[in-house]
Amino acid sequence: MRALVWHGKEDIRCDTVTDPEIEQPRDAIVKVTSCAICGSDLHLFHNFIPAMLPGDIMGHEMMGEVVEVGPEARGKLKKGDRVVVPFTIICGECDQCKRGNFSVCQRSNRKKDLADKVFGHATAGLFGYTHLTGGYPGGQAEYLRVPFADATHIKVPDGIPDEKVLFLGDIFPTGWQAAVQCDIQPTDTVAIWGCGPVGQMAIRSAVLLGAKQVIAIDHLPERLEMAEAGGAITINFDEESVIERLNELTGGEGPEKCIDAIGMEAHVSPSMPDTVYDRAKQMLGAESDRPHVLREMIYVCRPAGVISIPGVYGGLVDKIPMGQLMNKGLTLRTGQTHVNRWTDDLLRRIEEGQIDPSFVITHTVSLDEGPEMYKVFRDKQDSCIKVVLKP
Amino acid sequence: MAYYISNIARSKGDPKVLHSGPSSLGAADRMAKALGWFSIGLGIAELVAPERFTRALGMEGKEGLVRAYGVRELGHGIVSLSPDKHLGLWSRVAGDGLDIATLMMAMRHDNPKRDNVGIALAAVLGVTLLDIIGAQGVTARHSRPRGRPRSYRDRTGFPQGVQAARGAAKDFQVPPDMRAAPPLAAVSDRAPQERARPH
Repeated sequence: MRALVWHGKEDIRCDTVTDPEIEQPRDAIVKVTSCAICGSDLHLFHNFIPAMLPGDIMGHEMMGEVVEVGPEARGKLKKGDRVVVPFTIICGECDQCKRGNFSVCQRSNRKKDLADKVFGHATAGLFGYTHLTGGYPGGQAEYLRVPFADATHIKVPDGIPDEKVLFLGDIFPTGWQAAVQCDIQPTDTVAIWGCGPVGQMAIRSAVLLGAKQVIAIDHLPERLEMAEAGGAITINFDEESVIERLNELTGGEGPEKCIDAIGMEAHVSPSMPDTVYDRAKQMLGAESDRPHVLREMIYVCRPAGVISIPGVYGGLVDKIPMGQLMNKGLTLRTGQTHVNRWTDDLLRRIEEGQIDPSFVITHTVSLDEGPEMYKVFRDKQDSCIKVVLKP
Repeated sequence: MAYYISNIARSKGDPKVLHSGPSSLGAADRMAKALGWFSIGLGIAELVAPERFTRALGMEGKEGLVRAYGVRELGHGIVSLSPDKHLGLWSRVAGDGLDIATLMMAMRHDNPKRDNVGIALAAVLGVTLLDIIGAQGVTARHSRPRGRPRSYRDRTGFPQGVQAARGAAKDFQVPPDMRAAPPLAAVSDRAPQERARPH
């Protein structure tokens, strides 16, 4: 089969690889009909997250048709089922899964010893996201083996186009969880840093959950325009001070809820000297992440507010203002997304027409064009916001 | 071919590479990579054995300068190998200018190694040409083209419109583990006797 394979920093290739095989009784094989490039794939593209190996298949946003089912998954899945595959692999039976904390499933990470050493305690297995999360082959491929497939799937009805439901596997529930863990009240201002795909989903989620005002921060005109279309007030950080404008929009009090939809690769600009400092340290390997957004959120958030972090961080950050964080009594909520906790509800909202997540797709191409689209997406060329690949 | 070795980290049913296809790396990216590694190699050589350079060029006593240039080369190399490779290559071009100026100073008539300096100068000029080609290549490949971006004004994501969407999910119950402190508005709406009194 064909698959997008990581060969090194900025080197993704469309390779011919062997087909996946059922390994465990709970496995299933899915024929991928649509998959996407996620913003967090770019951290792997840049090799900022350790433990990728040449030959690893990329991709953690995918859906398709079940073509083979292991004996123990047969009660829940059958050939021909149409499924979205969540990026978190879940057993559905451990203590964390029973609590709904699916992204920290205790059994699905098959490289637990390595993950225990790095994280202290292992998190769930993830598709196509380094050997720290199991080294599972990803879904930017024609076929995918889904471990624990009886639990790791979201069944979707026929008749809804792939584009409407594909993002149930990652960015939609990720934006949703980011907003939910803010516990949005009708009086709240929610500020969202980053208008990439997750930021766009967080904006729509905050609007649906009834925030008084939603403010979106970025500097790319096309992304700001899409944010505005979704009901956000926008701030272009190239043109105005984020902190001054946020205070102005909140009567000098600051937003109650702040969402970091950027993560470890904040934009670098001489007008934000800390980003240059972070970039220099990152190049020298003295810091893995560029946490400019975290610093800004902690500074501007209203005391007793909530900071929600769906953006991916990989390792060590520097110069985090703990004094501000502690003295302002801010609540920090983080984590990979507990995808399956939200998907029944979100699928219903899509079916009812409350939201159509396909609005974010700007490019649809074949799998062969995937390597080039990694570059286009990374360089924000051709107004690219979200790439869907058709294997 | 590194993927053959990494197959030891894969399980039996994991796909393995049979044939490699086209890469996301373009010719300019590969050139940047090669020049980046060249910078690292040259930088290490200048740091470790500066006297070899000064002796060959008739610049004895300038070992400190060569070491400083070695540090500079390492910097160029690190940046050229990073995602900001255009900065690395343009900084290499600037560094080439400095190298040329330094070699020109060593082209004096009383330098017995003047011929070597001429050869070094020709080599640096050749590398400068490669650096300029590489820098222009990666800048062109990775820049956002100027002009108006596409319009996404109609991409609301809400089939029933933004106004209908506001608060449409108010039926959603935030799970107990994700609830925040009571909202500030709720506190300020309390009866006066419930408010904290100043000391």
